Parts: sequence; structure tokens; C-alpha cells
Amino acid sequence: MNTFIRKCYYGDIPDQKGAGTPEIHTDFTAEQWPLWEVFIRSKQGLDHKHAGSLHAADAKMAIENARDVYTRRQEGVSIWVVESKHIHATNPDEAESLYEPANDKIYRHPAFYDLPDAVKHM
Amino acid sequence: MHTDLITFLLHMGDNTLILSQRNSEWCGHGPVLEQDIALTNIALDLLGQTRNFYQYAASLSGDGTTEDSLAYLRTVREYYNCLLVEQPNGDWGQTILRQFLFSAYQYPLYEKLKVHPDDTIAAIAAKALKEVTYHLRWSSEWVVRLGDGTPESHSRMIKALDNLWPYTGELFDPASYEQIAAIDSAILKTAWLDRVTAVLAEATLPLPGQTFMQSGGKKGLHSEHLDYLLAELQYLQRTYPGNEW
Repeated sequence: MNTFIRKCYYGDIPDQKGAGTPEIHTDFTAEQWPLWEVFIRSKQGLDHKHAGSLHAADAKMAIENARDVYTRRQEGVSIWVVESKHIHATNPDEAESLYEPANDKIYRHPAFYDLPDAVKHM
Repeated sequence: MHTDLITFLLHMGDNTLILSQRNSEWCGHGPVLEQDIALTNIALDLLGQTRNFYQYAASLSGDGTTEDSLAYLRTVREYYNCLLVEQPNGDWGQTILRQFLFSAYQYPLYEKLKVHPDDTIAAIAAKALKEVTYHLRWSSEWVVRLGDGTPESHSRMIKALDNLWPYTGELFDPASYEQIAAIDSAILKTAWLDRVTAVLAEATLPLPGQTFMQSGGKKGLHSEHLDYLLAELQYLQRTYPGNEW
């Protein structure tokens, strides 16, 4: 079997064609199936959390793959998938200007209030 | 001593065991990682159904029979699975089509068995129906994908249809012990054919015409393929009797 599977990690997402394009149908290989990000809600009322990524030809297949790959051990009650190319991320090179200015602004945390003893769960 | 009920349970469990074993042959060889996992999941679902049927059959036999002895120590003529499930995997298309044809049969069957007067059979069917619903969805989509895909995938699906279609008649040709199910096989066949017709149409695949239908599996008369499958399945217990993990 000559199938070549390329693993992609964060920040290493290739610029691939979208799902359902003619190229996908003319040459059906794993290499050309776009990458999808999977978000799982573990139970009602909680947020969908990023679970991982996988390859699929279209959204339908991506959801089924996600069901088989990421919810085998009762991890979820709801699945979102989104093609990785639709996720825009910050550039690690800009981390200094983006995040470090917050480092010395500790007063932004609500840590300086005296809580009455009667208040619980804060 | 095999009552009709026990033989019926064996037939049900044999169908799922043999198909599970066939599907599991793909483990580690799937066309992509995600589909490898998908088919292996289905194999495990089917194995779970098998265990339920065998455990019930073993509890009725009461002569020291266990689910393991049923799986590992029967010879080929003592298996009552239909011929369809023992057919070789072929390519991915044939494997998918076999799963689809069988899931489309299991779905109406379990829907009916869900209200069977025997509570255990009804409970097994109700649990399995959820799994089968997914198997049917998954395999239907693949049949459409490949049938309505490239000229290459389309021609392979036609070949797979030619190979497997002669084994579908047996599904609706009830053996004597199937009276236990108390289901009109004509109704099952209508439900099955409606589903198959719709999916094949969507997949741009022609519905095969009248052809000679193979039978015998339900009576223990199998194609040569089952011998090889059982040889692999039973090797360990045959070579090292009573061995445990």
C-alpha cells in the first residue's frame, strides 16, 4: 500500500484545497484529503473542547471519523468539525507584543477584594 | 441437543462473528488511519453482538458450553452464518458493499426482534440496533462515495456488486429454525430492497437483475472461504486447547 499519510501539527497546517473540490474526486488519496479540527462537548452544558485533528474528504466524513476516532470511550455528546484552513492563528513571533504587556498588570485579576466568609465558590 | 431457539441464536451470532472477523482483517491495513479505526470499531460492535447471542445460547445449552467453546470449537459444518458474511474482503469497495448489504438486512431484522416475545432476544436487538444504525449510515455513505466517485471506483463497485449479489438471496430464504424470529421474510426483503435500491440509485450503480442465488450457509453448507477463516480464528485453541491469556 503506497498511501502516504502526512501528520500535521499546530502551526504546520498545509494550504490545501477545500472539501468536495473536483481534485479530491479525481485523485482520492489521503494526502489530498483536507485536515479537519475536531471539537467535542463532553456533556451537556460544557463547552466544546479541541480534541485533535483528522483527515476527511468532506464535513460528513469528518464528523463520522471524529465519532470513531475521538468518542470511542464515551468522551462526547456533541461534535463540531471545522476545516483547519479556516482557523486563523496568532503568529508565535508576535508573542512578545501580544502577551507580555499583560505580565505586569496583575491588578486585572480580581485578587484584591476581601470576600465575606458567607460567600462560597468564588 | 440443539433446539430451534439455540440454533437460531447460533445463526445470529455466527453471522456477526464471521463478519467481524472479516472486517478485523483490515485492522492496520485500512486505506487511511481514520477509516481503519472506523471499520475496526464496527468489527468490535459485531463481536459484541456475537457474544450476546452466544452467551444466551450457552446458558440454554447447559452442558458446559460457553461462548468461547461456541466460537473456537465448532467445525465449519456447525456454523450457521449466511454465505454473504464469509465472502473475502476483496478491495475496500467490496468490503464496504458487503457491510452495507448486511447492515441493510440487520436493520429491519433487529427492528422487528426488538419487540420479540423473548425478552433476552428483544434486549439484544434493541442494544444492537443503535450500532447497526451507524453501520448502515457509514457503509451507505461509502457506497455512494465510491459508486458516484471516479470511473475506477465506480467500476470496482460494479464488480463488487457482481461478486456479492448472488449471496443476498439467502438472507430472505428462511431456514426452519428461523421460525423462532417470527418475522415474515417477505417484509424483511421489501425493507432491505427499498434501502438498497435507494442507496444504489444515489451511488449511480445499477440494481442487479435476476440471477442465480447461492444458498446453504444457514444449513452449515459453506463456501471454501469459511474453512480458511475458521482455521485462523480457531488456531490458538486448536493448537493449545484450553489456553488462556
